[in-house]
Amino acid sequence: MNVTLIDYGAGNVPSVERALRRLGAQVETTNNTEKIAKARCLVLPGVGHCAALIGALDAHSLRHPIRQAIQRGTPFLGICLGLQALYESSEEAPDLPSLGIFPGRVTRLPETVKLPHMGWNTLTSTRTSRLLASIPAGAYFYFAHSFAAPAAGQESAATCSHGREFIAVLEKDNLFAVQFHPEKSGAAGAQVLQNFLRAAA
Amino acid sequence: MSLAHRIIPCLDTDGSRVVKGVHFEGLRDAGDPVELAARYNAEGADELVVLDIAAARDNRPTFLETIRRTSEQLAIPLSAGGGICSLEQARAVVRAGADKITVNTAAVQCPELLSRLSAEFGAQAVVLAIDAKRDGDHWQVRIRGGREATSLDAVEWARHGVTMGAGEILLTSVDRDGTQSGFDIDLTAAISNAVTVPVIASGGAKLPGHFVEVFTRGAADAALAASIFHDQIQSIRALKEFLRNAGVEVRLPC
Repeated sequence: MNVTLIDYGAGNVPSVERALRRLGAQVETTNNTEKIAKARCLVLPGVGHCAALIGALDAHSLRHPIRQAIQRGTPFLGICLGLQALYESSEEAPDLPSLGIFPGRVTRLPETVKLPHMGWNTLTSTRTSRLLASIPAGAYFYFAHSFAAPAAGQESAATCSHGREFIAVLEKDNLFAVQFHPEKSGAAGAQVLQNFLRAAA
Repeated sequence: MSLAHRIIPCLDTDGSRVVKGVHFEGLRDAGDPVELAARYNAEGADELVVLDIAAARDNRPTFLETIRRTSEQLAIPLSAGGGICSLEQARAVVRAGADKITVNTAAVQCPELLSRLSAEFGAQAVVLAIDAKRDGDHWQVRIRGGREATSLDAVEWARHGVTMGAGEILLTSVDRDGTQSGFDIDLTAAISNAVTVPVIASGGAKLPGHFVEVFTRGAADAALAASIFHDQIQSIRALKEFLRNAGVEVRLPC
């Protein structure tokens, strides 16, 4: 499986790359517009501030090829900010439009709980999920974020709760995304990546 | 179900080897960081911390290599620190494979460092390590590996550090560190209740009951220990089973 890993300077690119290679994928890390336009399978990692991600996508003219690839049905996996970027905008950077694949706005989790939401949490499945295939219910995944997308959309396959419910697993045809970090989530996380590679093959 | 309480083994290194000592002194060799990392990853550790505690940090390339080799063994998050005092050094640590940067003395000397790190890597990647020592009815912040006193109050400093951009506090009791007499519950609760970010309690762990106490009365979000894991006094799996039976939510890996 050939995976094109979009490298715009996010901190978790090396660990995502390592996790995919462990599963036997051929990984090319790039920020090249043409390579991303021609990719057969795309992974958009991300961690940190959403303005860094959106700003970097614009700086490398990647917004258009990524949107086109998703609309063409190229298998795509967004991780953490890579999930949040799929919505219209984020409260974290209100003036920067995100990729806008799905309606809705990413908002900050409530102050009633400790933020960032940092550590291992479980998921609530909302429908059959290809990414979560053969993962036991009650498995923990590693989260590190303060902002999250709404839980209610049709694209939601599983949710998580910290102060409020939010989308944790997004699936629509060949478009996948997770709010947690599969590359840091032990065996359960590796299974999610394996399931994505299988769905993309 | 909610967020699990984390168990975090800590590897104090001299750059390349794991070392340990009591009250930050009398260091002795405790093994190879890469081997220990692989073992803890397999045993169900939730995260790993690697620190360079060598007094003269003249061997930074060796430490970066240790981070690189350690992170290769891990499918869990890695924090790294020890003597980081610039954005450039933090970048090198992140490029070597760390998910989080731990800062201590440099943040006391220049709190703006926290803001700069947070702006570049996100608050979730910035861990403010505080070494606190009881002084009458409050706790004093100590720097340079606990050796040097400051005029800062630990609770005030923790609050300020969060305002400046820290996303997590790694709180070490200088009084308890290395004594295996239990975490400083009062200190941990005071800091955890004062800040809006997760707190990792450190210093004094030995018995499983110490961990139950720090997660309940101490309100810690995570607990860190070193020698009890290195010396196999306590296995991470057995500790987590004990915690679960005591009603503390933990992640038991399948």
